[in-house]
Amino acid sequence: MPSITYGGQSYLCRAQESVLDCMTAHGVTIPSSCHSGLCQTCLMQAVRGSVPAAAQAGLKDTLAAQNYFLACSCYPEADIEVALPSTGAGKLSATVTAIRPLNADIVCLQLQTDAKLKYRAGQFINLYKDAFTARSYSLASVPGIDENLQLHIRKVPDGLVSQWIHQTLNVGDSIDISEATGDCFYTGDNPEQNLLLIGTGSGLAPLYGIIRDALAQGHRGTIRLYHGSETVELLYLAEELRSLSQQHRNFVYTPCISGNLVPSGYAPGMVADVALRENPDLSGWRVFLCGHPAMVESARKLAFFAGASMRDIYADPFKSAPQNNAAGSTPAATRNMTIDADLTLGAQASHAVA
Amino acid sequence: MSSLYEKIGGDGAVNAAVDIFYRKVLKDDRIKHFFDGVDMDKQAAKQKAFLTMAFGGPHNYTGEDMRKGHAHLVKNGLNDSHFNAVMENLGATLKELNVPADLIAQAAAIAESTRNDVLGK
Repeated sequence: MPSITYGGQSYLCRAQESVLDCMTAHGVTIPSSCHSGLCQTCLMQAVRGSVPAAAQAGLKDTLAAQNYFLACSCYPEADIEVALPSTGAGKLSATVTAIRPLNADIVCLQLQTDAKLKYRAGQFINLYKDAFTARSYSLASVPGIDENLQLHIRKVPDGLVSQWIHQTLNVGDSIDISEATGDCFYTGDNPEQNLLLIGTGSGLAPLYGIIRDALAQGHRGTIRLYHGSETVELLYLAEELRSLSQQHRNFVYTPCISGNLVPSGYAPGMVADVALRENPDLSGWRVFLCGHPAMVESARKLAFFAGASMRDIYADPFKSAPQNNAAGSTPAATRNMTIDADLTLGAQASHAVA
Repeated sequence: MSSLYEKIGGDGAVNAAVDIFYRKVLKDDRIKHFFDGVDMDKQAAKQKAFLTMAFGGPHNYTGEDMRKGHAHLVKNGLNDSHFNAVMENLGATLKELNVPADLIAQAAAIAESTRNDVLGK
């Protein structure tokens, strides 16, 4: 049984137990969120001994080279000594510059960072309520277009971080965020390729960034956005998207309503069904899927069957984090909990939000 | 004399084959249930590794890996009929890519050589 040394104490790590599980079982709080090896909230560093390669999957080479690893996917094979990333590493300080309602449930949180954040539109950051409570949110802003960072934050019932943002956070407040990560973004290497983007709820955030980024980079292929919700009131940015489609002939916006009341101008039905029905041949297309995990998973298969290559399908299922227990939850709780309809995030990234 | 892997077309051929092959597998009523709830990106990576191996390319799989990797499926009823279905999809994929029959036969022979390990025999 390997031992894990942390903060001067040693803990025995049982079989099938990750570093994160072990710490949690001993009452030690390590920041965590998705428990799936994706969001990188539980980043730690091995200061003695080494970790299995699987614990470094998806990390930047530079981090892996410094023995950083993900506590949730690290099953130690030998004794190790670990530490949280040195204070400040990978974190940036930001100031709230605006909190603007987008609809009854979602606000746009605008942030200005002290140091410039390097990111691609569509990537996500972790936002820290405090040292131990973080959630991932997708960036809706575009570097070079938007001066400030923008996040679309949906009020999740009992969501520790989202409720705090909606109710307590004020303009002028200072908060910590992580560096940006995630591979759901526009690359500009194939400007003629057709793009299909499907989102539910606040899954619009990364798509809104990706679309504006693609248009700004002079994308010439068709760009089709399908944004779905149950009611008209739950959609948002509809005016901005309509006006964007008037400015760009290759951008088509189709709002979809899954509920019973469907006014003209809206497509009736589940968003992925509408999108796939209207675009039955996706050979050569690039596809972006963001929002409700069930929608993302079913649309991923449908898009693949419709001819899109697996390499061209980018997905960001927004999983919600375990409620009322940001750091001390078990992985099982994260995976099995009831998924809320439109959380802000995860790939290929699966990020927990709440 | 170039290797089978080179003759088939190397990494480019694998990339061309993986989507076609994986799509066939996921649509195949005989075997698709084995893939329910599986992460599609991770699975596509595994399909690519499998095709690389079948094409005689570089891989690190051992018979023991094959056994371990499929043990949970064998427990759920994976048998020769399912293995045959995968072989059929492999052949159809290569045919669709206009790979010559003698090379298809060589790739099929490599895939066939994993049968006992995959089925835990």
